[in-house]
Amino acid sequence: MRLVIIGNGITGVTAALTVRRLRPAAHITLVSAETKHHYSRTALMYVYMGHLRYPDIKPYEDWFWAENRLELVHATATALDTEAQTVTLSTGQALPYDKLLLATGSVSRFAAWPGRQLAGVQGLYGLPDLEQMARDTRGISQAVVVGGGLIGVELAEMLHSRGISVTVLVRDAHYWGSVLPPEEGRLVQQQFAENHVPVRYLTDLREILGDAHGRVRAVVTTAGEEIACQWVGVATGVQPNLSLAQLSAVETDQGILVDERLQTSVPHVYAAGDCAQHRQPGAGEVAVEQLWYTGRMQGEAVAHTICGQATPYRRGIWFNSAKFFNLEYQTYGQVPARPTAGIESFYWQHPDGRQALRINFESAGGHAVLGFNALGLRLRHEVCAGWIGTRTPVHAVLEQLGAANFDPEFFRQHEPAIVAAFAAAYPQQPVGLRRRKGLWGRLSGPV
Amino acid sequence: MAASVSASTLLAPAPLPATPPAEKLPLAAVALGLLALLVAATAADPARARLSMYVALFLLSIGTLTWAALKFGRPPAGVRHDHLWQRASTSRGAIAWALGVALTGFYVVLYWFPAYLENLIRTLDPLSQLLRGKPADQWFLYGTFYTLAVLLMGGRALWKYRHSRYQLIRTGSVMFFQLGFSFLLPGLLLLLQKPEFYFSYFWPLKYDYLFPGTVSYLLRDGQALGVFMVFWGAVMSFLATPVLTYFFGKRWYCSWVCGCGGLAETAGDPYRHLADKSRAAWRWEVRLIYPILGFIILVTVLLWVAASGAVPAVQPLAEGLSKTYGFVIGSVFSGVIGVGFYPIMGARVWCRFGCPMAAYLGLLQKHFSRFRITTNGGQCISCGNCSNVCEMGIDVKQYAQRGEPIIRAACVGCGLCSTACPRGVLNLENGPRTGRYQASALIHSDSLRILS
Repeated sequence: MRLVIIGNGITGVTAALTVRRLRPAAHITLVSAETKHHYSRTALMYVYMGHLRYPDIKPYEDWFWAENRLELVHATATALDTEAQTVTLSTGQALPYDKLLLATGSVSRFAAWPGRQLAGVQGLYGLPDLEQMARDTRGISQAVVVGGGLIGVELAEMLHSRGISVTVLVRDAHYWGSVLPPEEGRLVQQQFAENHVPVRYLTDLREILGDAHGRVRAVVTTAGEEIACQWVGVATGVQPNLSLAQLSAVETDQGILVDERLQTSVPHVYAAGDCAQHRQPGAGEVAVEQLWYTGRMQGEAVAHTICGQATPYRRGIWFNSAKFFNLEYQTYGQVPARPTAGIESFYWQHPDGRQALRINFESAGGHAVLGFNALGLRLRHEVCAGWIGTRTPVHAVLEQLGAANFDPEFFRQHEPAIVAAFAAAYPQQPVGLRRRKGLWGRLSGPV
Repeated sequence: MAASVSASTLLAPAPLPATPPAEKLPLAAVALGLLALLVAATAADPARARLSMYVALFLLSIGTLTWAALKFGRPPAGVRHDHLWQRASTSRGAIAWALGVALTGFYVVLYWFPAYLENLIRTLDPLSQLLRGKPADQWFLYGTFYTLAVLLMGGRALWKYRHSRYQLIRTGSVMFFQLGFSFLLPGLLLLLQKPEFYFSYFWPLKYDYLFPGTVSYLLRDGQALGVFMVFWGAVMSFLATPVLTYFFGKRWYCSWVCGCGGLAETAGDPYRHLADKSRAAWRWEVRLIYPILGFIILVTVLLWVAASGAVPAVQPLAEGLSKTYGFVIGSVFSGVIGVGFYPIMGARVWCRFGCPMAAYLGLLQKHFSRFRITTNGGQCISCGNCSNVCEMGIDVKQYAQRGEPIIRAACVGCGLCSTACPRGVLNLENGPRTGRYQASALIHSDSLRILS
């Protein structure tokens, strides 16, 4: 089998590794216009801040690819002929394939703001963006970041590390309003405040103003405020990169349309990761998923299908993580941003605002636990997913809460305070903490 | 379509924010302290040299601690690695090379040309008389500098890692053992006319503690205390080490007690990311450290055979090998290279490539221990921060991105991978040995060949 994969991000690489495992004889080629080797997109910020160098964010050393017979082609795929089963490269070379995986990822999404074409206005998605940012933020003193999501806070932290004053514009009333409930949003705001990064909530970008040289000099917000800046970071999301797919017979909408096995409308052509749009997403799931974790899972699922072991993509119990300046965030299961009928939401916060835990559970019936948000606390993935998957009643979860504690040794344990707060909030559900943290506790404690 | 990356901009030196004015004052004190040290080393007049030495120690101490308090204490607590790979001092730049040459030079003078240190040694006579009841020598000078480095840079580490109780307690532990067990107690023993003995160093690191010469000397001159010292050394090497390593991993010694580790964890903290993470470096590690362990075992056995008088012909061979080991491994490797190369190769060069105690502990940790670093399900994003901070050069992310626990002979359990992880993925744990290697079911690790 000749497998050609367009894109060497986490999806394409996971698919390549999985196919290599399932089909030791397959001929696998990874094509990327961006870099020769796979790197971790999520780590770009650390390169800018000087924590890491570019080679440090490559998940595998360079010898890895040749030793595992994964052919790397550093070129742009310019055309796709699905009849002839051939991909044409910018080098003029034509790559024939038996199976083709489109894992082309995303491109930054820009609204139609006046001035968006000015020099110094950009998004942050890939290494070329980082290079441009490194070049254009050199020696500047003020910047504006538009967007209250994960990339928004990353950009703020990056600029802050170089002593550049940065103002963040957030459309919602609190940070990441589409995902985080207000209490969690307030703790993120506390991080912005501690790091002296001003945030304008309920504010969007209206216009970007340029100087005589075509460089950005200020932005005007929807509140009418003019903020002087020499660089604007646009972090208002990404959209599927369809530049190759749209030149071919493959059916696209917002993304490349795929069925649950990640097959496109054309035989032998598959799509996975950020660029794929599910024709029928599962209940409560979105059609286009743009996360590291879902990219990895889709890459693995599609590899099985490509190898003849048709595997529907199931993302399983949701999980995600992030870090907002110094505040770590982990989430498991369903934790909607707003109160939802039928879901009870218990929230505990340490008085100093550095730790918080939200536990959602069904308000009726067996009070099965539905999801967790943890801030400044580390929770054990297996344990949380296990509780959600087996619909464990919330009182049983609280009794065993120590089993989910993944904080380092000697860290203060907050389970007694959390259980006490729960008992006060829900006196009708008597609970007592029965298990502290630790591997011994997990195995020796009552089940 | 994205443009191809030349990486030229990323390789260009990044503009560093100016040092805040408040931090310049303590840094100036450190510089003046170093200058005063130079005066103390060269002054012809003993009184002037002594005064310069005291001024130097005062300025270095107050400058380092004040700077650390300002640099790490004023911003919010958290991981502080900004510009690590951009500063000349921490990214093998000119400052790092200059410091490396100076440190290496100091060790060469210390071991083989101590006459050049005579001035500095004499300035410490009052302190040495007070503590040990005898004049200072080059090793007292070295011990004083070493302990001061651990305490001052330990103070820096306490500020830097104040958000992590594991790091606070562990740093406190290495500072306590260096000051108490490697500086004060051996001095006190001398004051009381007892054999100088380091209760926190054991064979095969302190290899001569189980050599027949040392054992017979302790038994002969040390009376009851000498018998206890021999007993202590043997019990620590052959009983306590396996038992403690079984329960806690190698870390109970390497990053909590050991003086070499103590210096690496404190003075070496700014250089931990410089450890080479490549597979090639790992191969060198295995090629060097186990033969060195074998070498010291052989030397020890031969010396005992020679001492028994059973095979007289062994005597010259055993002595020759012992001298060779002492020079090549004991002096050149552990001292000159081990500390001299801190700013270039990281602080654990000796611990990783040379220390026979680390090799012994590592074998125990790998095969007979409950210790492991657990990976938290599928949460790893392959960012590489864990590998970056690993002073032992372990490519931690190779395991984390596969959902596998990290069980490596080299791991000293400093816990920095867990501290630096932005997604809460890694945790040092002592747990049941069953299922110790079990990977997370939430991520499917592939069977591809990653490591040799």
